[in-house]
Amino acid sequence: MPTLAYTAPSTVEEAVRALAGASGLAKVLSGGTDLLVQLRSGRTKPSLIVDTKKIPGIFGIREENGGFVIGAATPGAVIGECAALARAWPGVVEAANLIGSTQVQGRASLAGNLCNASPAADSVPALIAARATCTIVGSKGERAAPVESIATGPGRTSLAPDEFIIAFHLPKRPAHAADAYLRFIPRTEMDIAVVGAAVNVTLDAAGVCTDARVVLGAVAPTAVLVPDAAAALIGRKLDETALAGLDKAARAACKPINDKRGTIEYRTKVAGVMARRAAAIAFQRAGER
Amino acid sequence: MAKHHVSTTINGEPTEFLCEPQLTLLDVLRDELRLTGSKEGCSSGDCGACSVTVDGRLVCSCLMLAVEAEGKSIETVEGMAHGHDLHPLQQKFLEHAALQCGFCTPGVLVAAKALLDRNPNPTETETRYWLAGNLCRCTGYDKIVRAVLDAAAEMRGQARA
Repeated sequence: MPTLAYTAPSTVEEAVRALAGASGLAKVLSGGTDLLVQLRSGRTKPSLIVDTKKIPGIFGIREENGGFVIGAATPGAVIGECAALARAWPGVVEAANLIGSTQVQGRASLAGNLCNASPAADSVPALIAARATCTIVGSKGERAAPVESIATGPGRTSLAPDEFIIAFHLPKRPAHAADAYLRFIPRTEMDIAVVGAAVNVTLDAAGVCTDARVVLGAVAPTAVLVPDAAAALIGRKLDETALAGLDKAARAACKPINDKRGTIEYRTKVAGVMARRAAAIAFQRAGER
Repeated sequence: MAKHHVSTTINGEPTEFLCEPQLTLLDVLRDELRLTGSKEGCSSGDCGACSVTVDGRLVCSCLMLAVEAEGKSIETVEGMAHGHDLHPLQQKFLEHAALQCGFCTPGVLVAAKALLDRNPNPTETETRYWLAGNLCRCTGYDKIVRAVLDAAAEMRGQARA
């Protein structure tokens, strides 16, 4: 094993300097629930680990301009305990809380789930549906990017080697708006999504959909935003025409693989079903507020 | 390889150790500090046998670097009993025979204590979901769940019917 160094800087500048100056592979550590497994198995062999958790603002949740800022390393358990966030963004919170066991929830973060770049990451479809953006820091300063621009393929991201995510931003909600995330697994807990579906909708006072975002997980190399599926909902109440259009558009967007969790045909069929069910939950939640 | 000096608190005792950066908290607890109650089952965060709390938060000690323990307060299964007085969960696990080989038991006890610390009156469903990350290959879980619910009742000062 090559010599591994560890640093836990207390400022963004120090962290970026450490990442930029690393001689070999440098890995960013937040909750570590993926990184430590990869270290132990030898799948990743970094020369440096930069633990970001001592950087101010990277941990915790705050309301800002009517929206929310979630620190990149905030664990799922803390996200689940934030009642105001769960009220505004129930789909994002339920997606984040589906990751792993109670123990994993004690550590696993949104930045880790996103940057591990698994096609089946549960929180990612919900964040994309929510129009979440992330604040990225690096040698060239700070930039903002939509969540859908980060993962570029399994295990790959668009971040430069000296960049890392410091926070996620969820926008302000209009009235009658809500989201939902569902995943299909063949058991009730502790599994990786066969298919995930996130739906985020805004309704008018009569229950007609005025805005929608539909995102699928585990059916392509990255989470897929499906504008055609959203278009099937916009301008309609949740009737069978809307649901059938959503189902069809969701299936059409699938480019899954065959693996032990499901065949291409199975994943494609289930994607339509999950999209329908997530839409029904999102519409119901939106109608109640 | 540069060793890191770590100052932490384990079961209320200020504790210091030296460790290499790749070691997990579980490695140091067991091999350095000789707190061998926490077990290594899978080393991938699936089995929960290494469960401890860090600043009150339940985690797998195999999924945390030992250097991350700096400044934290860690509780392990060794901190549950007071001398010869078992924690009610430990007592109920004996009464209900909620273990066979015992390998998962320390992790289950730590996880169950974390549950009862925040929810003194969990339902069976809540208990089963909370403990979903603690695998037991012997008992089939029924006795474990019954022991946790019975301990919860006793800690609330109620006898369970």
